Amino acid sequence: MINKDAVIIGGGITGCSTAYHLARLGLKNVAVVERGHLTSGATGRCGAGFRHQWSTEANCLLAKHAIARLMTLADELDFPGGLEIKLGGYLILAATADLAVQLRENVALQNRLGIDSRWVSPEEAREIAPLLNTRGIVGAAFCARDGHANPFLTTLAYARAAERLGGEIYPHTVVRDIKVAGRLKTVSTSRETFQTPVVVDAAGGEAASITAMVGAGLPVYPYRHQILVTEPLEAALTPMILSFHHHLYCQQTPHGSFIMGLGDPNEPPGLNINPGWRFLREMAQKVTSLLPALAQVHVVRQWAGLYDMSPDSQPVLDELPQVEGFYVAAGFSGHGFMIAPLTGELMAQLILGCPSTLPMDMFRLSRFAGGHLQLEASVV
Amino acid sequence: MDKDSILCRCEDIDLAGMKELLAAGARTLDEIKRLGRLGMGPCQGRTCLPLAARLLAEHLGCPLEEIELPAARPPFEPIPLGALAGEVDTVD
Repeated sequence: MINKDAVIIGGGITGCSTAYHLARLGLKNVAVVERGHLTSGATGRCGAGFRHQWSTEANCLLAKHAIARLMTLADELDFPGGLEIKLGGYLILAATADLAVQLRENVALQNRLGIDSRWVSPEEAREIAPLLNTRGIVGAAFCARDGHANPFLTTLAYARAAERLGGEIYPHTVVRDIKVAGRLKTVSTSRETFQTPVVVDAAGGEAASITAMVGAGLPVYPYRHQILVTEPLEAALTPMILSFHHHLYCQQTPHGSFIMGLGDPNEPPGLNINPGWRFLREMAQKVTSLLPALAQVHVVRQWAGLYDMSPDSQPVLDELPQVEGFYVAAGFSGHGFMIAPLTGELMAQLILGCPSTLPMDMFRLSRFAGGHLQLEASVV
Repeated sequence: MDKDSILCRCEDIDLAGMKELLAAGARTLDEIKRLGRLGMGPCQGRTCLPLAARLLAEHLGCPLEEIELPAARPPFEPIPLGALAGEVDTVD
């Protein structure tokens, strides 16, 4: 039996950021328990982008604080190699008049919250991304402060910083069972057994199966999302191209490869992460119509990962009402990586009862009982 | 092999690069791939993964057959997006 001040379940970006922030605020005897290796879940499978351009205040504020933190994160975490940050912007295409209205409203909200995004004409969009075929495009929203960061390096930087402060990472360790006796929780795993007053569920697509171990439901469901990467080429595409009409995103990484994915509105919930043939064809058809020059570029690899979707596409950062000391950081709905520099801090503040960087009501589970949800519209 | 011996031709990883990843605590080929890009290029690890597996086994002091290979991901060889886009409905 190993005694810990906190056990975090999930060695992705959220778990590692939470471990670091807990240690920084004084709770140092913390374990991160990870089923595979660090980033083997959603973090290491994601599109590696970050953006300010959201449609709800909660997501805009999360992004704004998190991205500001990300800009100096390599220094903060003493990670000299850097995090492969590229500030190429996100160009969000409006292919219909309705989308144009929605994106303009988003820009107005973002500007009100101090985010420097703007509406651009198809001609301006082509100046920002000369490879772009703007036929059928009404206009686009653009924020130059959006970009790319390397999820593997960012997670590793948090994990190493947490370890230096006293935290411990337990990779290849599968949580089997959690027993609650008063304030103490016993977390049994495939390797060690931990006793702790604090458990943090940061298990991504498996988050609801972890809360089920203590008899609590969680309205967070996993959905497969598919993605591919091409051979590397000379830099040719500066911004991330995002189109909600096509359910598509595509960016060129600092390494030179193009990474792109599609959302499938017909994907059923479930833990399937097998890549499929249909995606490859649909992705190729859509991306070569928007970026015709990519027709010559070779696909080298396709894979899939899980979005952990919440009912309003915004995260749940809360303590379970049924189990004191059992916290949930899940429901990231496809943007957990980019907001983790803040969500890890919010979780640590919540657990330790410190003043919070953002009001926490918008992240509580109780919002789902109220009926009036602010739905995030800008999700691929 | 010396420290400049190339392991991964596609992504330019040499023996010294692999040793750095091992020293940083990597203990699976998946970690070496994700952190160091070894095996992520056009050949998808056909040359480098067997070499890296042997080095990892030596480093961990375990038999080669205990080293887990990263998932083999489609396509089996690089295909232009244009060819995939033009594919008619034959297989699904």
